[in-house]
Amino acid sequence: MKTKIGIFKLTGCSGCQMEILRMEDIFLKLIDIVDVSYWVMVKRENEMQWDISFVEGSVSTAEEKKEIEEIRKKSKILVAFGDCAIGGCIPSIKNFISSHSFDGIEKFVDVDFTLKGCPPSRENIISLLINLLKDIKPRIKKYPVCVECKYKDNACLLKQNLPCMGPVTSAGCGALCPSLDRICEGCYGPMSNPNVESLAGIFKQMGLSRDDIIRKFRKYAGTSPEFYKEAGNEY
Amino acid sequence: MNIEVPYVARVEGKGGLNISISKEKLEGNFIIYESPRFFESFLIGRKYDEVMEIVSRICGICPVAHQITSLQAVENAMGIEISEQTEGLRNILAMSAHIQSHLLSIYFLSLPDFLGYESFISMANEHKDIVKRALRMKKVANDITAMIGGRAVHPVTCIVGGFTSIPSIAEIKKMKKMLEEIKEDAIETANLLSSLDMPEFSRKCEHVALSHQKEYAINKGSLKSTEGLDIEAKDYRKFIFERKVEHSNALHSFIKGRDSFMVGPLARINLNFNNLSDDAEEAVEQSGISFPNFNPFYSHFARAIEIIHYIDSCIEIIENFKFKEERREIKIKEGIGSSITEAPRGSLYHFYVINKKGIIEKADIVPPTAHNAYNIEKDLHAFLQMLYDMPEEEIALKCEMLVRAYDPCISCSVH
Repeated sequence: MKTKIGIFKLTGCSGCQMEILRMEDIFLKLIDIVDVSYWVMVKRENEMQWDISFVEGSVSTAEEKKEIEEIRKKSKILVAFGDCAIGGCIPSIKNFISSHSFDGIEKFVDVDFTLKGCPPSRENIISLLINLLKDIKPRIKKYPVCVECKYKDNACLLKQNLPCMGPVTSAGCGALCPSLDRICEGCYGPMSNPNVESLAGIFKQMGLSRDDIIRKFRKYAGTSPEFYKEAGNEY
Repeated sequence: MNIEVPYVARVEGKGGLNISISKEKLEGNFIIYESPRFFESFLIGRKYDEVMEIVSRICGICPVAHQITSLQAVENAMGIEISEQTEGLRNILAMSAHIQSHLLSIYFLSLPDFLGYESFISMANEHKDIVKRALRMKKVANDITAMIGGRAVHPVTCIVGGFTSIPSIAEIKKMKKMLEEIKEDAIETANLLSSLDMPEFSRKCEHVALSHQKEYAINKGSLKSTEGLDIEAKDYRKFIFERKVEHSNALHSFIKGRDSFMVGPLARINLNFNNLSDDAEEAVEQSGISFPNFNPFYSHFARAIEIIHYIDSCIEIIENFKFKEERREIKIKEGIGSSITEAPRGSLYHFYVINKKGIIEKADIVPPTAHNAYNIEKDLHAFLQMLYDMPEEEIALKCEMLVRAYDPCISCSVH
């Protein structure tokens, strides 16, 4: 029996689902290996049964809280799919400036695996899926973007006096932005045990204001325990 | 009789249909319950140089449209001019995103209805060639977006004034080759769509699109309509208003002194037919389908025609491309700026007030599906006249197909 996959959307932009559709070259193989039993954006007939669920989007309403609880009950494995599902992502900026809340799904249900990123890259999605199908424990990258930058022999942007978030940000993107001469903005969220205070101090030395620094840490993963202090701590 | 479709499939975002059929009335409501994220609210206090990155996340299907429109609005506010090179690259980027989005809509979201399947996944076995063609074309479009933007979903290289990094000459040449390789597929797509039976439903309403004298308007032009609208972005809020509707988290747009209107590929072709490429015009001629056309189901065919045009247009830009090394120093200046572009689904409006520290003080964003939400309902009310004595299942499917013809992006419309 093929493994059943359910793909769900709460509050979000559908970008993570679009990244699945970015697997054009292997899509036919994918639908041969798994049974996509629930995916309303793509299918008109959906089964209320699945083995592995990928949940994109944050919880921002009472209905969504009920929805994620129901998804959890029926899933053998639940994946928080993308930054919104992990901690609210960009809309969670609103959490700091109002009483409205965009929450990661782990606030309400147990999560088995997370796919970081906005969106998580197709390579990371494929890698996790293959591991889950083969019942292998997925290897989770805990090192920062800097490692990926070094592998690519990039010129370090911090050394050019630019406020790059690489040292505190989780790898997984292949250092996409720094490789294109753009400072890392932290869209994969915190790496494990990041030295956030130190980096914030470096930013201050570069001339960034307190507000600039808060904006940087608040943007994608301000609700994470690692970033919330530098993100303004009102959450 | 009441027919409910709680969660319309094969559209982006969360919406439902509530259809009432009785002797007294025929009504179809598009219930948009997608959660609001309040982008216009939390943009306040953010900085001018991160607007594009933030608004990109309004939508995962059309991030490029939000990126380019917001950049143009910020540049407008701060008095920043962009080079011909940046304009050319943004045009190719935008058109690659249109091609990708149109292919998604045609092949993955809509075609299954016309061929009698619940999804393109189910259709993959019996229609392998069609599905392979769709995937092949979509990969090319996404690859081109990634070659300019860094990646397809939420690209990273666009900045105020230009790009952090641009493709090499070799890559630009490769893009041309990739586009040429899917030209035949694009014509096949138009042929396929013109061969399908569309419901014979037409409702004359105001069609609105960006228009430009010299080119098929995507990133610049005036906003024009089939009923005489002709305005610049800065005057948008003097003519187009929104109202709250109980059953929708997306506001309903209307034109001052008039009513609902339609934006999107059908409106674009209705208004700008003469600016289509020769091959796109030829494909229309071959099909026997005439324009101006007020049958929303012909939006599918319009998307296919646009794909042909965009391929030709991108190749033309590439052939005339002149590379120049550019470094921009951005001077922060306070100001008020706006921009209207054509996103894949229709006209998109962005407006910002920026203070002297470069901080956003106000934001106003109206995506195409917010422009369309009211018109979709008016079409539903009229379409039901043709459907009301069909079996319930059939009415539901046909109404869904009408909604899918608009290719709604519900998360965008609510933002």
